[in-house]
Amino acid sequence: MRQTIVRNVGALPTYGYGPRSGPWWGAMGFMALEGMGFAIAIGAYLYLYAVNSDWPIGAAPPDLWPGTVEVAIYLLSIIPNEMTNRAAKRQDLAKVRTGLIVMSLIGIVLLVFRGIEFAHLNTRWDNSAYGSVVWLILGLHTTHLATDLGDTVVLTVLMFTAHAKPRRFSDVTDNAFYWNFVVLAWLPLYVLLDWVPRL
Amino acid sequence: MTVLADERELRDDALNGLELATRLERLWRTPSGLLGALMSVDHKVIGRRYIVTAFAFLLLGGALAILMRIQLAGPEQTFLSPDKYNQIFTMHGSTMMFLFAVPVMEAFAVYLVPLMVGTRNIAFPRLNAFSYWMFLFGGCFLWISFLLNVGPDVGWFAYVPLSSLQYTPTKRPDVWAQMITFTEVAALAVSVEIVVTVFKLRAPGMTLDRIPLFVWAMLVTSFLVMFAMPSIMVASTSLILDRLVNTRFYDPSSGGHPLLWQHLFWFFGHPEVYIIFIPGTGMVSMILGTFARRPVIGYPVVILSLIATGFLSFGLWVHHMFVTGLPQLGAGLFTASSMLIAVPSGLQIFCWLATLWDGRPVYRTPLLFVIGFIVVFVLGGLSGVMVASVPIDTQVHDTYFVVAHFHYVLIGGAVFPLIGAVYYWFPKITGRMLSETLGRWNFWLALIGFNVAFFPMHILGLIGMPRRVYTYTADMDWAHLNLVSSGGAVVFAISFAILLANVIYSLRRGALAGDNPWDASTLEWATSSPPPPQNFDRIPVVKHRDPLWFDNESLPVVAGLSIERREVLLTSLAEAEPQTREASPEPSVWPLITAIATTIFFVGSIFTPWAVLWGTPPMAVALIGWFWPSGSREDEE
Ligand code: HEM
Ligand SMILES: [Cu+2]
Repeated sequence: MRQTIVRNVGALPTYGYGPRSGPWWGAMGFMALEGMGFAIAIGAYLYLYAVNSDWPIGAAPPDLWPGTVEVAIYLLSIIPNEMTNRAAKRQDLAKVRTGLIVMSLIGIVLLVFRGIEFAHLNTRWDNSAYGSVVWLILGLHTTHLATDLGDTVVLTVLMFTAHAKPRRFSDVTDNAFYWNFVVLAWLPLYVLLDWVPRL
Repeated sequence: MTVLADERELRDDALNGLELATRLERLWRTPSGLLGALMSVDHKVIGRRYIVTAFAFLLLGGALAILMRIQLAGPEQTFLSPDKYNQIFTMHGSTMMFLFAVPVMEAFAVYLVPLMVGTRNIAFPRLNAFSYWMFLFGGCFLWISFLLNVGPDVGWFAYVPLSSLQYTPTKRPDVWAQMITFTEVAALAVSVEIVVTVFKLRAPGMTLDRIPLFVWAMLVTSFLVMFAMPSIMVASTSLILDRLVNTRFYDPSSGGHPLLWQHLFWFFGHPEVYIIFIPGTGMVSMILGTFARRPVIGYPVVILSLIATGFLSFGLWVHHMFVTGLPQLGAGLFTASSMLIAVPSGLQIFCWLATLWDGRPVYRTPLLFVIGFIVVFVLGGLSGVMVASVPIDTQVHDTYFVVAHFHYVLIGGAVFPLIGAVYYWFPKITGRMLSETLGRWNFWLALIGFNVAFFPMHILGLIGMPRRVYTYTADMDWAHLNLVSSGGAVVFAISFAILLANVIYSLRRGALAGDNPWDASTLEWATSSPPPPQNFDRIPVVKHRDPLWFDNESLPVVAGLSIERREVLLTSLAEAEPQTREASPEPSVWPLITAIATTIFFVGSIFTPWAVLWGTPPMAVALIGWFWPSGSREDEE
């Protein structure tokens, strides 16, 4: 077929931020399906809650403090996360490096608290269906936390190498975006795991 | 910031014709040799592999069906032992659903969607390669297990407590559950790719109301996958946990509940039916437009009914559980919603009939299969509305009536359109036409064979033959109808043999197709057959819903993309206005390595929970290899 050039797009940039970039939409897609995974797990918890007359089954509710401390850290982490995000949009390499290091450290601290939280659930996965679903949900969220931490650490290292080119800043903003999802997902899970058994 | 680099860079406005095509081909092609083939990220190469693999699984699943029909052809036969029969119907159902029907639709989407929206590659091409490997390894895992006599034998929906450790202390249910994990990972990956491809990679000017109907159908399907499959992942994971580390999800003595399994399974399982059927409707719309020689009537109606079907399909799952003793109100609600979903499907069928009526239909093989689809699917829909009603369902639940019903909808709704699609797009994919004569034989044998095989099953069900029985006694009076059914199955199988022969013959001897053998209207026909690695020498600009009918002499295009590094054009979501020239990944062997590491992790973790520990580091390493910039120009912009 004959071609007629009707337009030239040569002046367009080679990367964009947010909805103008492909990976951002990819992250949206994965957040949607992972969010659905959480919703299903919550549904399973509530189903078991509804069909059992005593809840938690044969155990005390989880100790409150580890989950609560995590909530505080998660909420506070939004601040350095947003600062990193803005530094990336300004393409301020030095600030981005610091921001990423801070976020990696926060991730590690959260992972430690997560370990403590598992130890304070007051039930084992094989005690009862209650224990099973609690471990499943906490395990699911821990997987998200750990993957995001891994991603952040690799990105941090990357930004200290020669590969720290302008379009990497777009990756940093996508990483920051995904962190908000990890935080947001924790809040309902915290209410579910720590407060519903106290109802 | 990149201006300097840009000025030195060669763009597609600087070259023309053959010179441009050769440059682009060198840039986008899959590297040669075995390693090159393993590194491919070309959506056409992967799409082709996906299609061929899915058809191989159809052949295997079909062979099992024939074994079952031989066993059931007469009373009290001993061709298959009860234990083999259990494995075989489970393998048949699981292979057909998870390794054929869903993957084959995604396979066609992987091949066609980027061409239809006028771009050079799918979004996230490496994820696409990974998805294919996961699908292949998952399928091989299931079938190798079966050959080792560890094939699952608990039915394609693996109900607990039968599939619990207590009642099935072998590894067979674990194989089933982990095969699910493999195929769901593969399907979820493709869905995200399709969504992003449709949202961001459409040719400039392809506004929402100019998107081809197959692409719309795949978009809706992808969303269904994204919202339905997490449910089965939670289900299969919790089943493995129950069996491996003694969790109690399904153990009633410790607060677990077997119906939790049914809810989780069918919350996925019902939308699954639409995940298989909606792509089929997309194929039907495309074929119908081309062969009725006019655009499909009611384009907005078709899209709205696709979307409505998508939403409604999540409100139906409980109709699979009518005999579990639901509260009456619940049963009533789910009956109503099950009948409601017939409305959008009915609307689409009226649009298609109107298109045929108003058009000047050309009865080539693809159109024959579409007509076969309409007939068979409507029959399946009728029995569907019947089983949506609780009293009828209570009567025929778990009988051959249900087996007849779901083969009518699955084969009518998906396989007939699919075979039509093979005849329709084969010329594009291979450059050669399939034989029309063989095509007609194929169609008539399929239509007759199918109905002879499956219609009698309705009656068998009504006179009481339960499904999943390996034999029956002569005094039940089921023998004649079963013999007829088995005869029909053989005819149906022959129709597939003809298709295979046609494909093999036509690959070498078929008439050359040219770019647009059917005088179709959408963009995949605007490039050569088979398309070059870069798909289009320049990205088309779309000004009409049926661009090639609007103007079949010249193609408006944009220029300005790089011919030194792989670049695709991103456009805005609604208006498809050009936004950025984003880099597109180069071939890489890391997706394959990641898939191998994931396979070791998945297979290991049905034997020991420690696999989670030693299985993770190799995956992490592989993923870093995948994402670490290679230092090539595209990565360093
Ligand atoms: C060659 C054509 C086919 C024949 C002759 C055939 C035959 C059968 C028979 C006889 C059964 C019932 C087994 C039993 O209950 O004892 C069955 C089950 C089933 N078939 Fe097919 N089938 C064919 C194609 C397909 C296709 C294309 C699909 C899906 C796309 C499919 C999906 C299923 C499923 C999901 C089951 C239920 C398995 C279970 O009970 O766990 N079949 N088939
Ligand atoms: Cu259903």
